[in-house]
Amino acid sequence: MAVGGSANRIRALIERHAYLLLKSWPRLVSMAYYPTVTMIMWAFVTVYLRPTSNFLADAPGLFIGAVLLWDILFRGQLGVSLTFFEEMYSRNLGNLFVSPLRAWELIVGQLVMSMLRTLIGVGAACVFAWLLFRYSIFSLGFPLIAFFVNLIICGWAIGLAVSGLVLRWGLGAEELAWAAVFLLAPVSGVYYPIRVLPDWLQVVAHGVPTSYVFEGMRAVLLEHTFRSDLFVQAMAINAVYMAAGIAFYLLAIGYARKHGMLMQMGE
Amino acid sequence: MPPASAPQLPAVIEVRDLHKKFKQVDAVNGISFDVHHGTTTALLGGNGAGKTTTLSMLLGILTPSSGSIRILGEDMLRHRYRVLPRINFTSPYVDLPKRLTVAENLRVYARLYGVPSPRERIGELSLDLDLGELLNRPYGNLSAGQRTRVSLGKALLNRPEVLLLDEPTASLDPDVGDRMRTLLEQYQKRSGCTMLLASHNMGEVERMCNDVIMLRAGIVVDRGSPQALLARYGRENMDDVFLDIARERNTPDHGVSADGHAEGIVS
Repeated sequence: MAVGGSANRIRALIERHAYLLLKSWPRLVSMAYYPTVTMIMWAFVTVYLRPTSNFLADAPGLFIGAVLLWDILFRGQLGVSLTFFEEMYSRNLGNLFVSPLRAWELIVGQLVMSMLRTLIGVGAACVFAWLLFRYSIFSLGFPLIAFFVNLIICGWAIGLAVSGLVLRWGLGAEELAWAAVFLLAPVSGVYYPIRVLPDWLQVVAHGVPTSYVFEGMRAVLLEHTFRSDLFVQAMAINAVYMAAGIAFYLLAIGYARKHGMLMQMGE
Repeated sequence: MPPASAPQLPAVIEVRDLHKKFKQVDAVNGISFDVHHGTTTALLGGNGAGKTTTLSMLLGILTPSSGSIRILGEDMLRHRYRVLPRINFTSPYVDLPKRLTVAENLRVYARLYGVPSPRERIGELSLDLDLGELLNRPYGNLSAGQRTRVSLGKALLNRPEVLLLDEPTASLDPDVGDRMRTLLEQYQKRSGCTMLLASHNMGEVERMCNDVIMLRAGIVVDRGSPQALLARYGRENMDDVFLDIARERNTPDHGVSADGHAEGIVS
């Protein structure tokens, strides 16, 4: 009964956001637009450099694969944050928090919506990569699943932390949703190996799960091996990130409950 | 005017020594009161008196600084998720998602509250509240009065045993306001629902309420049935009683007991 009730409430949240997405073509287009345009840009960089680059000759999908994987992280994070922001934009938080919806059910709803948004956005870019450049992300094989899982979990952790920040400091902090994930970009080694970073930045990179994912991607494409050690390290760090993201978000909800912010939050 | 609440009815809402302090401001300063089964109690007071703060704490959306709240026999601070499915709330200051239609909003909230046969329930409410023509319109396109009706529909979806109403007929024209009051009275008669309402409409209070709790600066300054208050202050309508209390004039000599009942003699 309790499990059924939780499932029902999570489904209610998903329906609420699905109604919103499905009736708004600009929202759907914007989800696919950025990943597709970025993918096209990196595909042309590949076309340009490939005749003079040995590693691109060996692994022509290196940049396109990297940009598509990066967008899993970015869309995953945005999906969590924007699902929460929609409730603030519509001044609906008060109704949600006086309903039987529990905080963990809200979190699960945000994660499911993030997954859907990511699949729509990155999925569209993958289709265009195939249609325009004959590149298939599935050429990564089964390791793609390991990369996807790690990237989306990292995105969720950041998305929950950003939701907590916005709950604590209001929609003025909304810009963080768009900027937060890019803090990780230089140390993730999306387009270059971690070893090119200065020593001190390599130390930072080793604390970031995405650096293991992109090293792993290069191992698959250039050495044709799946580095399970990198996968395990990424998962371990992600477990810490996710726990921290959830804890921060729950603390922010507690803070908002204590300071009477849930009823007033809105545009 | 309804009869004064009978003290022998069981208390459905029990508030004891409730405090809420925001930084240096005592928004609610040690209030205690009971609301009895099947009755309607008004929470009155000027702006900043502590009405919305009190309602928010009763709903579990604001954490008290100290004190206790029991609703339907459950401790709200420890077991609010046992209570929330059995109560509901409406306020003109909290919105529903604007881009969703009225029907979509009601379906989402029916699912959140675990309403059995939501389609039938929404059908009943659309007849009662005259929502038929609004069901397929986006909530954001409705007038303030129409939104109030929809919010009331949301509040009645789960057939609540306790209904907390923050200015339930604000923004409604006299005709629609009167229909809403009649609907609430009929719902109470059918279901035995207990209602606590914050209102600035003294006619509404005289008509609907068995009991009135007067707040000023976060404390209960008087309490009684509308008839008793009119007699005590020697007034003919509740507007004048409200002004007497808010402006601290013509104050009778009496005290208020721990459960919020006024004691003493009319001056």
